[in-house]
Amino acid sequence: MLSGALLSSTLDLLALNPPGWGAVLLWGLWNSVLIAAGAFALGLVIGTLGAYGKLYGGPVTKDLLAVYTTVVRAVPELILILILYFAVTDAMNQGLVALGREKVQISGLVAGILVLGVVQGAYATEVLRGAILAVPSGQIEAARAMGMSPLLLARRVTLPLMLALALPGLANLWLIATKDTALLAVVGFAELTQSTRQAASTTKAFFTFYAAAGVLYLGVSILSTLAFAWVERRARRGQRPVSG
Amino acid sequence: MIRALLIPRRLVMLAILMVIVALVAIYGRWDWLGNPKYQALIVRGIGNTLILLVLTMAIGMALAIPLGLAQAVGPWYLAYPARAFCSVIRGTPLLLQLFLLYYGIGSLFPGIPGIRDSWAWPYLRDAWYYAVLGLSLSVAGYEGEVMRGAFRAVPHGQLEAARAMGMPRLTIFRRIWLPQALHRVLPTLGGETVLQLKATPLVAMITVVDIYAVASRVRSETLITYEPLMLLAVVYMAITGVIVLIFRWFENRVPQRVA
Repeated sequence: MLSGALLSSTLDLLALNPPGWGAVLLWGLWNSVLIAAGAFALGLVIGTLGAYGKLYGGPVTKDLLAVYTTVVRAVPELILILILYFAVTDAMNQGLVALGREKVQISGLVAGILVLGVVQGAYATEVLRGAILAVPSGQIEAARAMGMSPLLLARRVTLPLMLALALPGLANLWLIATKDTALLAVVGFAELTQSTRQAASTTKAFFTFYAAAGVLYLGVSILSTLAFAWVERRARRGQRPVSG
Repeated sequence: MIRALLIPRRLVMLAILMVIVALVAIYGRWDWLGNPKYQALIVRGIGNTLILLVLTMAIGMALAIPLGLAQAVGPWYLAYPARAFCSVIRGTPLLLQLFLLYYGIGSLFPGIPGIRDSWAWPYLRDAWYYAVLGLSLSVAGYEGEVMRGAFRAVPHGQLEAARAMGMPRLTIFRRIWLPQALHRVLPTLGGETVLQLKATPLVAMITVVDIYAVASRVRSETLITYEPLMLLAVVYMAITGVIVLIFRWFENRVPQRVA
């Protein structure tokens, strides 16, 4: 009797239509996934450039990249997010004022993607550097001997070969990205954790909403794990299975 | 180490860094550092952060060993719950776990009749215990996975030899299996400790006063945006450096034989 009432009130709270908060949570989840995907993509771009810079760049490039990856990996994400968030919004607004435009409120989505992307980039640099190093050097030397230009070599040989090696690390990074979006709740952006906090403090049903958000995050992580396993199987097709 | 810094281009970079630091020191607003109230808070904050780090790593590792063992060699009724626990901890953000523990489960306790008069009430109300619990469970979840691999990676011959010598199972575990597994995770553990350090500022979100919470308070009271954050970054980098050095010392103490 009591549990039946509890169940129906929980379902009411999580309903999609306005008295329920289901739609708010799902919108937050969508924002979280969007930011994570954007940050992951930006991180991959920074990571690829960073990895190439660390491996083939000049001495100054290498030193600067070492400073970037070391600092970003030694300072908590929460603090990086705050510093970068204020710095990015400040810099943009000062730039706009210098150009004679009005100040704008930078969208939380863009700021979130930029900030998490810079953080992801540092980790991606290390993952991709390791993967490129693990590509058999004979393959790269053969391609050079054939007279391939560096860009063609990267596109046709290094990147496809290292993909299978980098995927486990990249899958980890993607999971970190989805979980790091929760930190944007601190700057008040309406991703899943912030929406949940709002729903919970309005309805006072703290346990229900935090548990529901946990289930949503868990669902994302389980689906991503399955997806990455599938991609890795595809990337490794034609390779001999490694067995210890 | 020092010699690597004395190359001309690195000297130039060091000089640029010094200029930046000097500019920040001169033009930044650091007067709040002279305030005795904030000085006491900063010391307390750093202390709390360090206590949280050491305490939760210790409790977490103590939980991770049985979790790893259950997953590596346990029967299914132990292995499945252990695996599920690790998946849930690793699949959800720590911030959400802390919210769920402190606001979610914490909000259920006052509904239990008579609990306000019991001895447990002061503990159930205090965010500190929720923070310790949340961070410890997080360590247990991540390290449980690491320990699973480590227990599996101990060569079979070692265990078989011990069994052939007639060692009881507990002695094998205590003398052979656990030490070798721990030896294997030592390099990983250093990195995980740094990750754990970087997770501690999240407890400020459930009102625990660590160094991050102190910096937030300085920011909201003095309306200075960047300087407290920079101090934070420096503090965390310094602690990270110390952790790396400690683990390097540990690893050097344990004799290595590379086959």
